[in-house]
Amino acid sequence: MAKRTALYDRHIAAGAKMVDFAGWELPIQYPTGPKEEHLIVRRAAGLFDIDHMGQILISGPDALPFLQHMLTADISAIDAQRAGYALLCYADGGVVDDTFVYNLADRYMMVVNASNVRKDERWLRWHSKPFDVAIENVSDTTYMLALQGPKAATILQALDGGSSASLGHHACQRIDLFGATVIVGRTGYTGEDGYELYIPTEKAVDVWDALIEAGQPLGLAPIGLAARDSLRLEACMPLYGQEIAPDRTPIQAGLGWAIPFTKGAFLGRDALAKERLESPVQKLVAIQMLDRGVPRHGYPIVEGQETVGEVTSGIYSPTLDAFVAMAYVPRRLAAIGTEICVMIHGKARRAAVVKKPFYRAPDPN
Amino acid sequence: MSPIKIDASCRYAQNHEWIRLEGDLAVVGISDYAQDQLGDIVYVELPQVGDQLAQAESFGVVESVKAASDCYLPVAGEITGVNEHLESEPELVNSDPFGDGWFVRIKIADPAQLDSLMDAAAYATFCEQDS
Repeated sequence: MAKRTALYDRHIAAGAKMVDFAGWELPIQYPTGPKEEHLIVRRAAGLFDIDHMGQILISGPDALPFLQHMLTADISAIDAQRAGYALLCYADGGVVDDTFVYNLADRYMMVVNASNVRKDERWLRWHSKPFDVAIENVSDTTYMLALQGPKAATILQALDGGSSASLGHHACQRIDLFGATVIVGRTGYTGEDGYELYIPTEKAVDVWDALIEAGQPLGLAPIGLAARDSLRLEACMPLYGQEIAPDRTPIQAGLGWAIPFTKGAFLGRDALAKERLESPVQKLVAIQMLDRGVPRHGYPIVEGQETVGEVTSGIYSPTLDAFVAMAYVPRRLAAIGTEICVMIHGKARRAAVVKKPFYRAPDPN
Repeated sequence: MSPIKIDASCRYAQNHEWIRLEGDLAVVGISDYAQDQLGDIVYVELPQVGDQLAQAESFGVVESVKAASDCYLPVAGEITGVNEHLESEPELVNSDPFGDGWFVRIKIADPAQLDSLMDAAAYATFCEQDS
């Protein structure tokens, strides 16, 4: 039986269609529908219940060297009150999980995918023996919400009296809401400006209600998982289990920018360095359908009778009003403009490799 | 939320397709219950005019945001028309599943096969048990 979040009753009252995701009962959509919910986030703002995600605290004298060893990114470059993207990799360069790491000054907080929380905690603990660190999985007591969209800043500041007004991109700070300490990061998974909030679970409903109330006049709506997926795909953000996985390295996925090889040894470094040197055989590209058809996860990329790649994620893009996908293709087919074929319902249908990302939020300045 | 509509002039298959006789021909689509379950329809794939299909043979695909579903012909027949509006407006399936959201017109090969389908009342019961 799937677990229910503290906001379950709110979602049901709002008419949400619920789905089991990573063992949690969550809204896939509200009566508004995934297409309109997607557009609301791009135009105004959306509020997401993402309590299923995990939070793991790392502290102690060796916290930094431990995280440098475990993660691809240079954690020493993430100053206090800042956050950064990094991957946990196996020795062969395959991905254990991707994560956002917050430097909270007295500790680090790793935010991990719902499907990998226990795996990530075990992975960290298993490698922690030589380090003087404390690892605490606080997922059960930390409630995560995302507030995303051009109006997100206005809405949050209406609630916190302007405390977060100077919070920059990928910065984080603590604010006070309803007498509780809430961690806010100017981060997100939609390609829009916005925030991710980490709230003590007992205050989750209060914060949700207050954000809805403050945001509704500005067009804020609750948003389900279907729109969350189409938003992140338009921004070409990877999803573990699709673009990255134990058999897909960050180099293949085009995430080499999150791997500064100059920082020294880390798990997976040698395999990733070799792959980068020799160039990966397959590359992750963005494609847009030319023929009619819906590309979906697992659909083959074909050349004649031969399967040469596969779609990792595909959607209808409301912003582009087109069908788009990310796919692994052989390097020789990865140039922008290349026409490839996706096998959909038994017919090879043409698509073109296009520039990433499909969508970039307009500069507010 | 509005209650699920069941068109009394149709007969229904277990996969939630409906069929309505119009003189010599019949029109086929998917029910209000089906479109509600699927959610926002983003794409419909239809057969060619002239295709001859058996009862329960797949005649097309209806795709929502999250999934693709095959549509099966409730009775054997030849495709005489397809709803070309669905190419640019697949959402018609959601807004008017028994009317403008129709999928295909067919010439029925064996009218006796209609007896194997549910009438509106039987379909209503079937949907209740499905939930």
